[in-house]
Amino acid sequence: MDFKKLTIKSASEGLRKKKFSSVELTEAILDEIERRDGEIKAFLSVDREGALEAAKDADRLLAKEENLSPLVGVPLAVKDAILVKDLVSTSASGILENYKATYDATVIKKIKEIGAVILGKTNMDEFAMGSSTENSAFFPTRNPHDLKKVPGGSSGGSAAAVAADETIWALGSDTGGSIRQPSSFCGIAGFKPSYGAVSRFGLMAMASSFDQIGPLGKTVEDCFTAFNAIRGKDSFDSTSFDVGLDLGDQLAVKNMKIGMPKEYFAQGLDPRIEMLVKQAIEKLQDQGAQIKEISLPHSQFALACYYLILSSEISANLARYDGIKYGVCRSGENLLDVYLNSRKDGLGDEVRRRIMLGTYALSAGYYDAYYKKAQQIRTLIRKDFEEAFKQVDVLMCPVSPILPFGFGEKTSDPIQMYLCDIYTVIANLAGVPALSMPCGKVGNLPVGLQIIGPQKGDSTVLQMGSALERLLK
Amino acid sequence: MIDVKKIAQLARLGLGEGEEEKFKKELSSILDFVEELKKVPTDNVESTDHVTGLLNVVRKDEYNFLSQDDEVKEAILANAPQKQGRFFKVKRILE
Repeated sequence: MDFKKLTIKSASEGLRKKKFSSVELTEAILDEIERRDGEIKAFLSVDREGALEAAKDADRLLAKEENLSPLVGVPLAVKDAILVKDLVSTSASGILENYKATYDATVIKKIKEIGAVILGKTNMDEFAMGSSTENSAFFPTRNPHDLKKVPGGSSGGSAAAVAADETIWALGSDTGGSIRQPSSFCGIAGFKPSYGAVSRFGLMAMASSFDQIGPLGKTVEDCFTAFNAIRGKDSFDSTSFDVGLDLGDQLAVKNMKIGMPKEYFAQGLDPRIEMLVKQAIEKLQDQGAQIKEISLPHSQFALACYYLILSSEISANLARYDGIKYGVCRSGENLLDVYLNSRKDGLGDEVRRRIMLGTYALSAGYYDAYYKKAQQIRTLIRKDFEEAFKQVDVLMCPVSPILPFGFGEKTSDPIQMYLCDIYTVIANLAGVPALSMPCGKVGNLPVGLQIIGPQKGDSTVLQMGSALERLLK
Repeated sequence: MIDVKKIAQLARLGLGEGEEEKFKKELSSILDFVEELKKVPTDNVESTDHVTGLLNVVRKDEYNFLSQDDEVKEAILANAPQKQGRFFKVKRILE
């Protein structure tokens, strides 16, 4: 039995047909992690004991019940920013080096209740700030398709683990592209749901008005299944709501209207990526879909707008890491020195840079010029989307303007790193759902296509992705 | 020009040697980059604080499970770098 190629769908079928047990499957994957992760470095910690315990429970459940979720007994990896009770949860930050989560995030509670098997916690950019996983305080993760390249970020560990067959699926979080861009770089599928569709309770907050948890998997279909399990209103997250989900996966592509935002097929896009994305869209056109060029006129301001709001929210959210309640504590003569020293030693450069930018943007005299201005432009960007979705059902464009890059290539200039997210931040600004799915390769490096839908149009995005996935097979 | 020393102090971030200059350079270039937003006319545009449109989501004013569970309390205190009995220990703030 080759466990490596299993998806949620095929693993779940294998478990039901008793081809293998969850314990056997989990052991095989844990062995694969042991064999492969020394080189990939996708995991920050592996919970072998807990995983095997959960697998035994799942086997008992599978033996006595039918009509179970396809996730029962299927192993997954969890981004380290998401709390799993009693496991060390660091967000790849030095300041939380030994922090042990005291409760389960809502998404974890849900998948534990279903009977899924948590393998361990995956590497990421510190507090999800970065696009290459090089900002991890512990070590960088390598791209399984080319060990000299980054896996993308910030959910780089989750994406690399899926791509390296070190897990069947994974949970990540996406604030400006952190699920989609690493999925694109690692050649897998990753879904950022509508803002509010999945509870953020138990996700370490970066920018609360953008953050969203979502699944990464080997197929769009798997993302669909996983999203269905974690979505829903939660009394612990007042911004959450129930997004309806149409589970029928056979969407009629014919007569669907697909918009291609012209601003995202412009200068700065690698022509090889452009070609692959356009070829995939043509496949849908051949099936009768209507393709239309549309414009998102304010998209050129999206990245600057995003970074101002992002940093402002970060400066408030990360005030909690003060060396008092948990994490690294450095001594000092007085309380102020304890704060200054703990945060100097515990937080990395990018984190401190963003906290300072946000503090500046929110400080007296600058608030209107920076923060408020950005919030107004956010409204204009949302309106661009509203206009676009009057004309088309979904938008399609690349996930990243560039192919996976080498280690250290972009670390010396923060803005070069920020530009990696140029096609992804807009979905977070508008709170709309967006999917990244593989659409081909340049050499051995994967290329991702992005499908963006209207707010709460999660079903449409996933169905369109599934339809395209079948066409690209 | 951004006063990195002041901003770092406001944000409770200590700076290592040479970092004031380094951050000043980096933050200035990021501020130059966001300068383009000033070109966008935004008179009478409302600001977006949140995208969901949800308003005043409240819960009943009852205790929640986390604050009342002894096991949770112990686990929380176990993460504290310094504690005394059931309390977080901090430096004196009143002279």
